[in-house]
Amino acid sequence: MDNAHLEALAQEERSRQAQYRCRIFCCTSTACLSAGAGQTFSTLERAVAACGCGEQEAEVVKTGCMGLCSRGPLVRVEARGEEPVLYGDVSSDIAHQIVARHVNLCGEDEVSTVEAEAETADPYDFMHLRAALRRARQQKELDLHRIPLDLPFFTKQVKVVLSEVGRIDPEKLEDYLAHGGYQALAKVLNEMTPEQVCDEVLRSDLRGRGGAGYPTGLKWHFGRQAQAAQKYIIVNGDEGDPGAYMDRTVMEDNPHRVLEGMIIAAYAIGASYGYFYIRGEYPIAIERIRRAIRAARRRGILGKSVLGTGFSFDADVRIGAGAFVCGEETALMHSVEGKRGVPRIRPPYPTESGLWGAPTVINNVETLANVPTIILKGADWFASLGTEQSKGTKVFALAGQLRHTGLIEVPMGISLREIVYDIGGGIPGDRAFKAAQTGGPSGGCIPAEHLDAPVDYESLTALGSIMGSGGLVIIDETTRMPDFARFFIDFCVDESCGKCVPCRVGTVQIRALLDKIIGGNGTLEDLDKLEKLCVLVKTASLCGLGTSAPNPVLSTLRFFRHEYEALVSQHQVAETPAR
Amino acid sequence: MTTQEKSGASLLQDERYKTIDRTIKRLNQREDALLEVLNTAQEVFGYLPQPVLRYVAQQLHVPLSRVYGVATFYHMFTFEPLGEHTCIVCAGTACHVKGSDRIIRTLSEAFNVQPGGTTADGSFSLTVTRCLGSCGLAPVVVIDGQVHGKATPEGVYAQVAQILTVAETLKQGAR
Repeated sequence: MDNAHLEALAQEERSRQAQYRCRIFCCTSTACLSAGAGQTFSTLERAVAACGCGEQEAEVVKTGCMGLCSRGPLVRVEARGEEPVLYGDVSSDIAHQIVARHVNLCGEDEVSTVEAEAETADPYDFMHLRAALRRARQQKELDLHRIPLDLPFFTKQVKVVLSEVGRIDPEKLEDYLAHGGYQALAKVLNEMTPEQVCDEVLRSDLRGRGGAGYPTGLKWHFGRQAQAAQKYIIVNGDEGDPGAYMDRTVMEDNPHRVLEGMIIAAYAIGASYGYFYIRGEYPIAIERIRRAIRAARRRGILGKSVLGTGFSFDADVRIGAGAFVCGEETALMHSVEGKRGVPRIRPPYPTESGLWGAPTVINNVETLANVPTIILKGADWFASLGTEQSKGTKVFALAGQLRHTGLIEVPMGISLREIVYDIGGGIPGDRAFKAAQTGGPSGGCIPAEHLDAPVDYESLTALGSIMGSGGLVIIDETTRMPDFARFFIDFCVDESCGKCVPCRVGTVQIRALLDKIIGGNGTLEDLDKLEKLCVLVKTASLCGLGTSAPNPVLSTLRFFRHEYEALVSQHQVAETPAR
Repeated sequence: MTTQEKSGASLLQDERYKTIDRTIKRLNQREDALLEVLNTAQEVFGYLPQPVLRYVAQQLHVPLSRVYGVATFYHMFTFEPLGEHTCIVCAGTACHVKGSDRIIRTLSEAFNVQPGGTTADGSFSLTVTRCLGSCGLAPVVVIDGQVHGKATPEGVYAQVAQILTVAETLKQGAR
């Protein structure tokens, strides 16, 4: 299939969608499903089918994440000539009322008929009156579920990666096409040389969204320059940070965008085969990516001649089996090769010698999902978003003690304060903000006095944290920092692969020291020892897991040292009288 | 066990080995198929019994030590069968901050089972996992495959207790 066919398919889908007066989108992502979205969706479908309106009246669409996960299940209604409406906490009951209001349009009609009848009918017949009252009460109840779309939660966001998420059916290639999908791929294959693609991405200043922030265009150039008969591209979907689910959402809710980014990357570096490496804990993401690959093969988007241009590329999925260290690129490659996922020393970098010794480029899911937009809107447009050194947007999984939690995409450089108080709506109850934890077990805690710091790679690193893959957990005063640091170290002890001593032994010793301090048996010397040990593990470990594992301890020691000291001094006060 | 039941069981086992064979075939018996094959085996058997590990090593022509090495490296592979009923408690950061450790403690004490372990009678397994990725609804638990958000220790305890009571009653009824 070539470009013209693609455009025809997109046009066909667009006109199919346009024939419906009303389209009801029901979020069926993991968060909403666990809040009962399965039930909501089937109720909506049944109610629309049962209302007996014409076939072109309404359609119910299963979509991905709409963002405000704490209010799930979410349902959005887009009717011709009306403003879109969003409803939250949609139970089956509310789903019925949504259909009654937006699809049947009998809501107001019925009430007015009932009222008209009531005027002419027997004044003692209360049945009509009661029906009208019930209807009015239901309408009011429905209004309570309406989420205003002018909330800062929505207006402060800028969507690039998530632009189609929540608006399209992720299992339908045509829906992605109708929203401009694979246009970037067509442009790249027909109008650009691989060098031009690398240059464009380099010029956009796109940096790796997996956490380290390496310039993507540079990585592609290295991949391009490597001379080999066989090269590979790998999509890193091994999102292991607890508290992060951005990549899962993108893979589940818009798999074709990631696939499109991957094929563009493959063309740019000259790879003929690629792998999605996805966590085994994400069965829906695995299923959706597999489905996307099959659909793309059927339409000639993958295969011997991609879009009829003669460029040959195909992809497959590899499933991770629960090892955090496999997010590290050399460990990941070992895992794809079917081995134990242990990292190795770099250099050689994967772009020189990667999968089975062949040059390999490994990009994060979110990084690749940015690529189609960069190609279509241009590097300059992308570079106009964000700060001097961090361009574009970043997707965060906003969680913890906040009023609104969920998935957000914000321009780089936004302040933490805006994220916490405007988008997140602040801390519930009358408790106070204590810290923002970014970067998961590799990151750190940012205290209240740095709330105005811009969120970009350099600022977060300066604060002893990292951008990380995008987990952002807000904690309030009820969390004690030494406990919190221990929680992360415990994670790293579990996940250390055991290859290098500083990480394997060091993390265990850090945990032991923390236990001693938390248990009230620590001394001031223990605090110094803890700090020195952290620095040692950070500098001497082999891979990213070890070099970043002490970050949660170091950053809490830096900003919340008084909490550690309080624990230590309690002990020393207790000991003094005994002497 | 009657003869009929026995042959039924071995037939079922054959089916499961066939599924493994299909994965091996799909991946052209390449050595790097090991992880994929183990994933399939874990899925169809629910755990990795020793005969299965031997079988995989034999079919892929790799040493058993390598199969064992890979299988023990990854957390998702287990070597003991799970209980009849399971509760997975998420201990990711968001769930931790919202009190998932209390849920784990409650279940562990109430049903006398270590986190990550199975009760002595094999009726219930308590699994702790790092992040299910539903942080907006923290804390999250999965009881027999059903995801529940905004969970409380009391609520989860009540639900698990009910499931186990029902199962016990059914068993007694069958006897």
